[in-house]
Amino acid sequence: MSSVPTDYPIASNREQQLQERRKFLQNGLRISGVLAAGTFGGFLAGRRGKAEATRWQIDPDKCVGCNNCATQCVLAESAVKCLQCFDMCGYCDVCTGYFSMNYLSLDTAAESQMCPTGAIARQFIEEKAGQRFFEYTIDESLCIGCGKCVKGCALMNGSLYLQVMHDRCVNCNECAIAVSCPTQAFDRLPANRPYRVKQSVYPLIQQKAAIPERDDARQLLREVSPP
Amino acid sequence: MSRRVHFMNWSRTTALSVAAIVCLTMAGDACAELIPTPNFSDHDIPSTRVVEAPSVVWNAVDVGVLLVALSLASYFALVVRSRKYLLWLSVASLLWFGFWRRGCVCPIGATQNVTLATFDGTYVVPISVVAFFVLPLIFTVFFGRTFCASVCPLGAVQELVSVRNVRVPRWLDQALSVIPYVYLGLAVTLAATGTAFVICRYDPFVGFFRLSGNASMMIYGGSLLVVGFFVGRPYCRYLCPYGALLRLTSRVSQWHLRIPPTACIQCRLCEDACPYGAIEEPTESPSVEQLQRERKRLVVLLFMTPFIVGLFAWAATGWRGTLAGWHFDIRLAEALKQEDLGLATEPNTATEAFRGSRRSPEQLYEAAATHRDRFAIAASLLGAYIGLVLWGKVILLTLRRGRQEYTPNKSHCVSCGRCFQHCPVELVRIGLIDNVEQMTHETHEVAT
Repeated sequence: MSSVPTDYPIASNREQQLQERRKFLQNGLRISGVLAAGTFGGFLAGRRGKAEATRWQIDPDKCVGCNNCATQCVLAESAVKCLQCFDMCGYCDVCTGYFSMNYLSLDTAAESQMCPTGAIARQFIEEKAGQRFFEYTIDESLCIGCGKCVKGCALMNGSLYLQVMHDRCVNCNECAIAVSCPTQAFDRLPANRPYRVKQSVYPLIQQKAAIPERDDARQLLREVSPP
Repeated sequence: MSRRVHFMNWSRTTALSVAAIVCLTMAGDACAELIPTPNFSDHDIPSTRVVEAPSVVWNAVDVGVLLVALSLASYFALVVRSRKYLLWLSVASLLWFGFWRRGCVCPIGATQNVTLATFDGTYVVPISVVAFFVLPLIFTVFFGRTFCASVCPLGAVQELVSVRNVRVPRWLDQALSVIPYVYLGLAVTLAATGTAFVICRYDPFVGFFRLSGNASMMIYGGSLLVVGFFVGRPYCRYLCPYGALLRLTSRVSQWHLRIPPTACIQCRLCEDACPYGAIEEPTESPSVEQLQRERKRLVVLLFMTPFIVGLFAWAATGWRGTLAGWHFDIRLAEALKQEDLGLATEPNTATEAFRGSRRSPEQLYEAAATHRDRFAIAASLLGAYIGLVLWGKVILLTLRRGRQEYTPNKSHCVSCGRCFQHCPVELVRIGLIDNVEQMTHETHEVAT
């Protein structure tokens, strides 16, 4: 404390010391930072054997067709569309998914239909033992994913079900529909099998896929995650 | 005609009554067995057709593009020192990561995936997402925030609209720049508890990248862009949670961008060049008395740190209710309880669906209670973290950093390179002028 030099060279010396100390500290921080980042990344990547890319999908066994899929998707036209699982369909004449509850006539008139956009096509297939059978197919370009037909069909066989279509879905990190889904029916599936069918029909499709000429069933099975 | 009418009435009654009976008496899987799929004589039952998802190869391509872009950005900022190249690179990044890949995946959002994967062992995080989170951090340790300069599409879109330079007062700038740390803490808390990915939910520009989005999203992004005309990069500076991480990392970066290519001549021409207020002037050497005083102050401030942090941790216990309100199970449990008490006013799809499911209310209440306990801890940790951030800011503001020349603040500088053209030493380097006096002289003339 006797002589406190305040002249330039000593201050500069001190400055130098300070800078060296700072450099040493920074180097240490840098090295430990990179090591930490590397270890952390490696830990996460190696944690579950192999981490795979995933895509959003709806579990049709949880879905209640609440209409959120039509309104909550970030895309102007929702990525969710309705699918027809023909292997579950009863081919009913009086289809509760096709006909509105207050239909006027059992025909294809718009006011009789459940679907607000007329996306379901009804095609006569066969008449057996006095019963007429119809096939219902969905025009995906018209479907808005509102789930009205899903709700209707759930009263009978429940063959109509909503799925996220992966040619449309932008795979948001947080799916806006998933956030608002009242039954938390959304989760992530492996990107190479990004679709689902209802649990009860999966064995049926497996059986069908075993038939040599049913390429279509095998194709579906390749895209579907087992329940 | 009469037969038709008769059929209609019959079918309507049957259909509705069958439906009602099904609903009342059977549940779930039983429905599927109700009407067997017929066997037709000459019609095969078709299979459902689905469209394949885009190839996962894109994820690897994205990581490759990120790596190349980061390398180029660092090269352009530190070696070539070209604002023009950086700008073109940011346009390219905006087109690729923004409009072509539609803003997902991005390092900012990846923070949450990485957090969730850390806390929840069942959550799968793809390697590409981990790479997106880690790579920019590693580059920043060495080269500063070159990721922000021209790789991040959110940065790029703001960089392109930053045309007027309104200087934010230092006190306001310092105060606002705390927000990203708080936002990061909140996002990490909500991600770690598996509650929400708020960063993605409130991403301002992803709506533009997808060219669709709801109104509030577009208004939020639009207003940030309008503000961005006058105040450079408002999202990066005052909101971006990943930017907060990069700032910390960039603080210790090894080869950060410099304003002059060689020694600074202290001409002061770059003083107002930075629209982000990142350029700091040289400091005077302090007197020994001053240093001693400051050292004492630092000791006092450091000594107070645990108390401040503890105070915030204690105060934050009050937030647990608000935080918990984000969680689905807790919200559902509350709605269910309300309904049971007869307090609910409107029908709730979620509770209705829950009552139809196999899960019992007791299970739900138990799950909600577990989550609540976790939120009590999470809220305190978040409070402690915020206390640390605020107090850390106070300490940093009182610290003296010795600077001999005009330097970019390593944590605030985004390496955009706007300052290069303001530096006469740089202009001599690239051959625009012969000697520095040419420029400094002119300015003095204008000034006088």
